[in-house]
Amino acid sequence: MQRVLPGFGLTLGLTLLYWSLIVFLPVAALVVRAAGIPWEQIVRTMTDPRVLAALGLSFGGAALAAGLDTMFGLLVAWALVRYRFPGRRLLDAMIDLPFALPTAVSGIALTSLYGPNGWIGRWLEPLGIHVAYSRLGVVIALMFIGLPFVVRTLQPALEDLDPELEEAAASLGAGRWATWQRVILPTLRPALLTGFTLAFARAVGEYGTIVFISGNLPMKTEIAPFLIVVKLEQYDYAGAAAIAVVMLAVALLVLTAIHRLQTSYSFLRG
Amino acid sequence: MSIEVRHMSKTFGRFRVLRDVSLRVETGELVALLGPSGSGKTTLLRIIAGLEQPDAGSGPILFHDEDVADQRVGDRRVGFVFQHYALFRHMTVFENVAFGLRVRPRRLRPSPRQIREKVEQLLHLVQLDFLADRYPHQLSGGQRQRVALARALAMEPKVLLLDEPFGSLDAKVRQELRGWLRRLHDEIRLTSVFVTHDQEEALELADRVVVMNEGRIEQIGSPDEVFHQPKTEFVISFLGQVNRFHGRLERGKVHFASLQWETPEWEQAEACPAHVFIRPHDLQVAASSNGQPALSACVQHIHSAGPKVRLELATDGGQKLLAEITQEQYRTEPLTVGSRVFLTPQNIKVFPYPSDST
Repeated sequence: MQRVLPGFGLTLGLTLLYWSLIVFLPVAALVVRAAGIPWEQIVRTMTDPRVLAALGLSFGGAALAAGLDTMFGLLVAWALVRYRFPGRRLLDAMIDLPFALPTAVSGIALTSLYGPNGWIGRWLEPLGIHVAYSRLGVVIALMFIGLPFVVRTLQPALEDLDPELEEAAASLGAGRWATWQRVILPTLRPALLTGFTLAFARAVGEYGTIVFISGNLPMKTEIAPFLIVVKLEQYDYAGAAAIAVVMLAVALLVLTAIHRLQTSYSFLRG
Repeated sequence: MSIEVRHMSKTFGRFRVLRDVSLRVETGELVALLGPSGSGKTTLLRIIAGLEQPDAGSGPILFHDEDVADQRVGDRRVGFVFQHYALFRHMTVFENVAFGLRVRPRRLRPSPRQIREKVEQLLHLVQLDFLADRYPHQLSGGQRQRVALARALAMEPKVLLLDEPFGSLDAKVRQELRGWLRRLHDEIRLTSVFVTHDQEEALELADRVVVMNEGRIEQIGSPDEVFHQPKTEFVISFLGQVNRFHGRLERGKVHFASLQWETPEWEQAEACPAHVFIRPHDLQVAASSNGQPALSACVQHIHSAGPKVRLELATDGGQKLLAEITQEQYRTEPLTVGSRVFLTPQNIKVFPYPSDST
């Protein structure tokens, strides 16, 4: 059948070309490189407590930060979409700042804020809360860079949320809480999941923001991307590649799982 | 359960949507709020439901003579059907209908079995049993409409309010659903109010029609009354097409165009200008003059596809007129575009107006 709109072959071809050059080749090179590493060395790297701690912090911290971002991001997006207040447009524009700032800049800024002598840190320190050079600091830095993903994903979904749905729920006898829990949240679930995924993916690979605030203490606040850099500086290319491959595999696994969950909501888009 | 509102006013910003409206709907009635957009009909419906607050100083909202003005929408037990249905898209048809039962406080909530029975019974009532497991986006417009209705009925409402219930359906489905809703109402006899801008829908479906314009009620009456005895110029112009003439009322007669007409009902009125309204089917069309006084006009268009043949005419003075004749007459009379015809009114409606306005 002749299509009215031409270009399927052309667009698919270009898509595959770009994808191959920009995504597939580097990843393939990594896998090829890792494939040359002796098996026992991979096992040794993977059972190294320092490596495991770093991977745990990268993935665990990313999941925690993305989860918190999803909650706060929902609040921010709700306020921006539903209410008209002075400064709303400015706030809306500033949401994207973490996208635009060089990660090192935001990392240094966060460190000076939360450091023992920082504006916020000096008040937390006497309470026994250490943000800088602790895992808490890592999570805060990851939240900072992940928030825009959640807000920007939720905004259009909230704008599409018909106020009639809430009125319908209210007229059927549902209170505010039941309406929120049974109508609004489930309707937003696909967008929430997408926002979480983007924030999570970004946080897993984050490097620049964290290296300043975390202090990179092995076994404590060292993240996997930093450990890869450490290995590279020690000319341990095989070790670096091994960690990278594990990160790739875990990330792929998590993203695929979320994607599957997402498609199970596909009825919502109908 | 009767509904009554007294002296309702509503202002949005500087725009007065409702101006001192009072209305009573008797138990078991099916009433239409009919008017153009911006006439305040939807706002009145939403105030009755509790989705909108009337201005301070408005009178009470009575359900069965009990004031519910201070009750929240959820406590008023109104079934509200939204124009775009507002179905919960992440829930199946079954879950949508069950929603009103599931969100009840625990002590009032029916058991899961009772809920199942109730929902199945309602889906049967709206003839959608076979779609219980589908999601809203898998349904046609007419089916969604009926799901919305079943969902509103599930919470056993005291009154049913429908906002433009057939507004977003195509003509044929609209016709079918209209008849179906009328039968459903005859069956369950729930006091119902629906909003529409379609005069045909209001006249065909409702026991009584409330014609609204610019935030006021122009006339309340049975479909027959509002159509045949319109009380205001707005009502006669809004309910179907009509020809309007400028005339003068004097000693029980109205003079308009080249004609005069006895108007005994205005016998006592002072001489004054008046508007004369004639429905297209009340203009008798003849191809030749029979000597009686008549309006002379020229045929400009003929629409013959339909139960009646509609003629667009222009008088010598340039005024556009509409007339309707039977298919039978159309076939026997030599009428073509450009022919000259003679029009004799069969029935007219006169509304005098003070000479300082138009």
